[in-house]
Amino acid sequence: MSENRLGIAKTYKLYVGGAFPRSESGRSYPVNDSKGKFLANAAQASRKDAREAVVAARKAFPKWSGATAYNRGQVLYRVAELMEGRREQFVTEVAASEGVQTRRAQSLVDSAIDRWVWYAGWTDKIATVLGAANPVAGPYFSFTVPEPTGVVAVFAPQESSLLGLVSVVAPVIASGNTAVVVTSKERPLPSITLSEVLATSDVPGGVVNILTGSAVELAPWLASHADVNALDLTGAPTILRAELERAAAGTVKRVLRAPSAEPDWTKQPDISRLRAYLESKTVWHPLGV
Amino acid sequence: MTTWDYAPAPESRDIANLKPSYRMFVDGKFVEGTGEPLKSVNPATEEVLAEVSTASPSDVDTAVKAARRAYDKVWGRMPGAERAKYIFRIARMIAERGRELAVLESLDNGKPIKESRDTDIPTASAHFFYHAGWADKLDYAGYGPSPRPLGVTGQVIPWNFPLLMAAWKIAPALACGNTVVLKPAETTPLTALVLAEIIQQADLPPGVVNIIPGAGGIGAELVNHPQVDKVAFTGSTEVGKLIQGSLAGTGKKLTLELGGKAANIVFDDAPLDQAVEGIVNGIFFNQGHVCCAGSRLLVQESIADELLEKLRTRVSTLRVGDPLDKNTDVGAINSSEQLAKIRELTQAGEDEGAERWTSPCSLPDKGFFFAPTVFSNVSQAMRIAREEIFGPVLSVLTFRTPEEAVAKANNTPYGLSAGIWTEKGSRILYMADRMRAGVVWANTFNRFDPTAPFGGYQESGFGREGGRAGLEAYLDV
Repeated sequence: MSENRLGIAKTYKLYVGGAFPRSESGRSYPVNDSKGKFLANAAQASRKDAREAVVAARKAFPKWSGATAYNRGQVLYRVAELMEGRREQFVTEVAASEGVQTRRAQSLVDSAIDRWVWYAGWTDKIATVLGAANPVAGPYFSFTVPEPTGVVAVFAPQESSLLGLVSVVAPVIASGNTAVVVTSKERPLPSITLSEVLATSDVPGGVVNILTGSAVELAPWLASHADVNALDLTGAPTILRAELERAAAGTVKRVLRAPSAEPDWTKQPDISRLRAYLESKTVWHPLGV
Repeated sequence: MTTWDYAPAPESRDIANLKPSYRMFVDGKFVEGTGEPLKSVNPATEEVLAEVSTASPSDVDTAVKAARRAYDKVWGRMPGAERAKYIFRIARMIAERGRELAVLESLDNGKPIKESRDTDIPTASAHFFYHAGWADKLDYAGYGPSPRPLGVTGQVIPWNFPLLMAAWKIAPALACGNTVVLKPAETTPLTALVLAEIIQQADLPPGVVNIIPGAGGIGAELVNHPQVDKVAFTGSTEVGKLIQGSLAGTGKKLTLELGGKAANIVFDDAPLDQAVEGIVNGIFFNQGHVCCAGSRLLVQESIADELLEKLRTRVSTLRVGDPLDKNTDVGAINSSEQLAKIRELTQAGEDEGAERWTSPCSLPDKGFFFAPTVFSNVSQAMRIAREEIFGPVLSVLTFRTPEEAVAKANNTPYGLSAGIWTEKGSRILYMADRMRAGVVWANTFNRFDPTAPFGGYQESGFGREGGRAGLEAYLDV
């Protein structure tokens, strides 16, 4: 291998329905590293791309939510396996995107991989922990099971390009929801590499759809979209959040609010993000002979 | 054949201890509100039952501040075991005054005495009893160690189950350590104010529970009050959306229990006589003023004619009339506004080409009554298949395959409840799994219990009431 060899630069595209389209708008925008050096062009998703992503997520929902919890757990674990294989690439991209030293980037990537493992283990425990047999006062058997709410629009953190992203996406899909994710605008590259991991793992197409571009532009459309069941405002522009919540009220969406400052993603999560996208279904049947 | 004359068995209205006027309950005292007083009407006779003072915006502020003080100084820091004892007391006192409350509820709401006596009041007491036990066990509820309350809760409830809805709201709020300002519905404030009396007699510290009657504007005033930390609303989807919109950006925690258009699905192997009872219960219980009413009957095509015939025969025997008569099956529509809405939607059903059948029962001369009505040949696009009627009106649709039943059942923005009638166990579980609804009743309908979480998917709202899951709404988790 010649040291003079010119490297092959990657074209970063959207990830929708298991495919890698450019934005239908034909737009892209330059992505720089933390020092302002050009890294790549990213696709700038449009309103129509967002709608296509919702269609893909809705289409994927019945099969993914109907998969066994064991199966979803294995699929999520497989994502961790494949990320491990691309560890160096993620480290390079996280270091460039976030302007952190290599050792810090390594630690962030390792945490992101471990987070998939953590959530992979939750898939077949959440019903035990959140479900119930209800001791009703009558001759009935009554039980309650948690079920995924549907399509979740996720505004990924603007700062934490990989660990933050994984921390918000994994709990959405662990319980059987499907996701439309709008990534960090300035730091989108690790998310596209993650989409390549998702595409080659066993996550069915459409379960996670990743849009690079501007949350300011895309958020109002997703917040008011009638086929979106829930919103995660974590990385949504602070000034737009009240407006997005108002738009969400039009179809009674579940809204996960977020603190104005980004949380410390290296901290061990609890199950509140899993709970945020779950419905409880209570089933009754009479007892008798 | 001998025919017997009908002999009514009326409950005495004296038992209700009806007073000529009722006042709102703020900071432990009954006080005159400074709003325009309202007259609560008996919907079965259209006579005025009592005059009720209502809150003005400044009264809302007074009540919220009383709740805030009570939270900061007493209730928020009281050990759970002590809170529990107060809530247990309330449960017991509701049961002790059960008969009085049942008669009062039937007078004010129009529901049959057998329902207020056997369902509303005992279940209200049970909700307090159940939640009392949680107050000192919240560490075990699965929300981490020592979960904290939210503070002051603003609660707005509907007129269909006045006391029961008050119990669903107040009991978990108190158990979790919150204080309460509750606005009962404009047309049914009386039992909530008797509950206030019980709360006073139970010696709850002043300000822990405040009850302020008023119209919708006062509800808006309450939920938008800056010192309210948590809002719980049960009512229409339309108003629920307004509330969710108005709370945007405030950080207040919100739970909504809204409308529904439940599918009640009958398969060809269902025990038909039982199914008919379940269908009747599903749509005519409480005059159909039930958010989870089985208002869309989906029948497998092969048995549709047989089932409809049985259903009409059975519905013809429902006794419609005096709510205080212990034999009454269907009471009065709660208000003339609601009656007008039911008439409008049933007219739309006829205009859109559905086949209308109305029970030939006799109706009282006075009062707001509507004869049980069944529409057949209903298609999914009709308003009576899409919109919540909130009255004794059933829309019948048919299906051929389980897949078609699933698709039709879920073809609604609502998602509160569903019913399944079949003798085949695996089919029950298959269908229950696929219903996008928060409560699924299989071979039964309209069952409620404080231990069983209740609440909707999609535009039927979010959050649950009852069970471990219901505590989340009142904890800072």
